[in-house]
Amino acid sequence: MTGVPVAAPAATPRGGGRRTRPSRIGFLLVTIGLPLVLYVGLVIWPFIQAIYYSLTDWGGFSNTMNFIGLDNYREIFSDDIFMKALRNNVILAIFVPLITVILSFLLATMLTVGGSSTGAVRGLKASSLYRIVSFFPYTIPAIVIGVIWSQIYDPSKGMLNGVLEHLPFGIGENFHSFAWLGDATTALPASVFVIIWGFVGFYMVLFVAAIKGIPSELYDAARIDGAGRVRTMLSVTLPMVRETVQTAYIYLGVVALDAFVYMAALNPTGGPDNSTLVMSQDLFKTAFTQNHFGRASAMGVVLAAVTLAFAGLVFAVNRLTGGKDVK
Amino acid sequence: MSSNISLSKSGDSPVEPPADTAGASPAAPNPPAKRGRGELGIVIGSHVVLVFWTLVVVLPLIWTFFSATRSTGEIFSGPWEMPHDVWGNISDNFSSAWNDSGLGRALLNTVVVVTIALVLVMALGSMCAYSLARFPFRGSRFVYYLILAGNTFPIFLAIVPLFFVLKNIGLLNTMPGLILTYVAFAFPFTVFFLFPFFRALPAEIAEAAEMDGAGDWRTFLQVMLPMAKPGIAAVSIFNFLGLWNQFLLPVALNTNQKNYVLSQAMANFVSSAGYEVNYGAMFAGVVITVVPVLIAYVMFQRQLQGSLSQGTSK
Repeated sequence: MTGVPVAAPAATPRGGGRRTRPSRIGFLLVTIGLPLVLYVGLVIWPFIQAIYYSLTDWGGFSNTMNFIGLDNYREIFSDDIFMKALRNNVILAIFVPLITVILSFLLATMLTVGGSSTGAVRGLKASSLYRIVSFFPYTIPAIVIGVIWSQIYDPSKGMLNGVLEHLPFGIGENFHSFAWLGDATTALPASVFVIIWGFVGFYMVLFVAAIKGIPSELYDAARIDGAGRVRTMLSVTLPMVRETVQTAYIYLGVVALDAFVYMAALNPTGGPDNSTLVMSQDLFKTAFTQNHFGRASAMGVVLAAVTLAFAGLVFAVNRLTGGKDVK
Repeated sequence: MSSNISLSKSGDSPVEPPADTAGASPAAPNPPAKRGRGELGIVIGSHVVLVFWTLVVVLPLIWTFFSATRSTGEIFSGPWEMPHDVWGNISDNFSSAWNDSGLGRALLNTVVVVTIALVLVMALGSMCAYSLARFPFRGSRFVYYLILAGNTFPIFLAIVPLFFVLKNIGLLNTMPGLILTYVAFAFPFTVFFLFPFFRALPAEIAEAAEMDGAGDWRTFLQVMLPMAKPGIAAVSIFNFLGLWNQFLLPVALNTNQKNYVLSQAMANFVSSAGYEVNYGAMFAGVVITVVPVLIAYVMFQRQLQGSLSQGTSK
């Protein structure tokens, strides 16, 4: 908002109505036009094509591409395997963001305001050590996280059973050679944990940054008013970082609705009884091993629709519970 | 990170919750003695929880490093089987991972692809964000939302047509093709994150530079770009991690084994049948993949935390 008076209420705040110099047009063409060509060609155009392909029976390498309307969608929605994959994605989208956000928020709160509450609000000692170490998984490629955990979960040579076997009172017995990823009841929860493990540290650091941005007077005021720690956390910290919560929720939801990398590493074939199969795996197989590109595109459209619905839901909940609308 | 913009906004406004608390409990604070004891409990409890989580993070990594010192036979004998010939195993595992499993080549490919893509996307992204932020024109809002849209849709929606787009222009299974795709998909995030940075820069400075006769390019490169450094640094780090970790794009679009990137070479370990896998080499491969970035992170973590806070408070 410079002081330049603009006569008409322009759609854009700055300089909307002025004539643009020719040299500036050249500048804009290079700075905006050039990247946009690449972006539209490799991102937007494929998105649009995918929607069209999803309405065809295209097999990929043949030239025949018949418009078949919504047949692909009918087919995948009556396909038990795809529906199971969709269900698994929904489970992931419910639990991964929820647990990750709660855990990272709690840890961040402990780090930043967990210290003595007499005198100035301060964090714990050694907080930077916790913070640095917790962030480690974020620096590890997702596929490698999957590889590491597929070994940790291994029934006989994995670390998890190697630890749990030694639990006292005969509890340990149960874990002897227990196949975490090979049992239909534990495979999905075990996979959920791996994704959470990979992200908690990152979001913890993000929350720490957000909490540090809260003016400390708010905490002083809350304390003078006699608010306890839990009360302070819920009534001061949480409302102040709610936009970060929303961002984290959406990003984690997108990760959970994709989940391809993790599942491909933990259970490449979809797990026992398809209990860890996700839509993206089904899509990949349908497209690149079965060459049903039309149907695979329909799966992509469903995946995108679910993702958008998830984001819309998060925005709606945030708004209904009193968050500000972000423009 | 849509929180960036919003957070500072909510920071400016008077906040209800404290007032609310005041109304709810006008009573005096707890007696200090009682409070002191509860205090200690909470501090200890916090430490216990944090130490527990730290162990959950670190133990798997330590066990992975430990396993890289064991032979495949020892790995099969049980999770805690000790290595008999540590140095022999290490040299076997690492040379097997580096040469036979193609990790050395994949590492080189990854460095080349990620470096070039990162430089390109930062150049294109900062140019575009700057122009959109500083020179709004008819349709610039549309362009901005078009770019935002790329952030919203899953890559999976695009993957099938993308395969054929690259095939048609002859770039499928080539490194340039992979680089261009990386740039295109990292572009929306870059613009999205940098836009508020350029927006926040005072236009008066750019106008002053122009008064002094600097053209648009000079103003951008020598005046405005340096001022956006914190934002550029933060986005570069995230783009680096994102591209370094990229899995789906190479798996679908770069199936020539010669051009494999690191994540593909690692995936090879889990996708091949169990009995064929050289587990010692696999763990060595994990160490090779993890350690360089881990060291870089520990060295630069202060800057990273800084740029994260920059990001959230901007």
